[in-house]
Amino acid sequence: MITLEHYLVLAALLFSISVAGIFLNRKNVIVLLMCIELMLLAVNINFIAFSFFLQDLAGQVFVFFILTVAAAEAAIGLAILVLLFRNRGTINVQDLDAMKG
Amino acid sequence: MTFELLLFYLFGAILLGGALAMISVRNPVHAALFLVLCFFAAAAIWLLAEAEFLGIVLVLVYVGAVMVLFLFVVMMLDINLAKLREGFTEYLPVGIVVAVAMSVVLVAVITRYITMDVPERAGPEYANTEALGAILYTEYVYPFEIAAVILLVAIIAAISLTMRKRPDNKSIDPGQQMAVSREGRVRMVSMPSEKKKSPRRGAQGGDAEGEQDDPSK
Repeated sequence: MITLEHYLVLAALLFSISVAGIFLNRKNVIVLLMCIELMLLAVNINFIAFSFFLQDLAGQVFVFFILTVAAAEAAIGLAILVLLFRNRGTINVQDLDAMKG
Repeated sequence: MTFELLLFYLFGAILLGGALAMISVRNPVHAALFLVLCFFAAAAIWLLAEAEFLGIVLVLVYVGAVMVLFLFVVMMLDINLAKLREGFTEYLPVGIVVAVAMSVVLVAVITRYITMDVPERAGPEYANTEALGAILYTEYVYPFEIAAVILLVAIIAAISLTMRKRPDNKSIDPGQQMAVSREGRVRMVSMPSEKKKSPRRGAQGGDAEGEQDDPSK
């Protein structure tokens, strides 16, 4: 019998791994974007689990919208990345200091 | 241990293993492929939680479109891998400490405070896609349309960001074509009429043709 804790622990571990991924790959923008996708996946697993255990489809509708927004975010993020590489010739986060941040 | 739980552990292990491999491999192409593996495992787990439609959508939209886009971009860019990996071992302890602390706190909270009864499995007559569509197009139709607009904005933003003018491109701007006016093309000049020059043989032939054309009108 799969309980709610199974799903939630799995999502928590996945989220922690993706946070660690952001720390480890802080120079590579592409892998940073992938880690964000992984985080969204972990959140979506929580939504799906609660949707099943509460027997309420609203959670699945939310996952549907999160997928939509995540797809839009990935498309725009990658477009910015391509533009960045075309103009600067690098995707190293350390080299992106035009705004002196 | 039931067969369901066995499947859950199997796909959960694939999911976590894929995620660990994704954050630690050297090559971004391999990272993207491991992320695809994660999405497949997550889709299987969603199927176990009776979210069939979203499981399929995850495979179709995420693996089929978004990850292909990622792979496309990764392969198109010429990245210096050695430079991007520079700080990896330096940040490794910090990353591990943060991840372990975070997961310990989350798991402690989850296992201590959150419990729910496991609901009955739906019968074979239950259709997840149908039920989802029934509320998506009635109760959530307004957010649904906003989601469509968000996708439209994303399309326009992505295209307008990446489109560039090539200097050797000879295509014509349609806006300029449409803005052409008569004044820009034809110049009316006022000048005295020319006197007829002395007739030559060539000019005579032209005149004869003109005279023949006139009566036909």
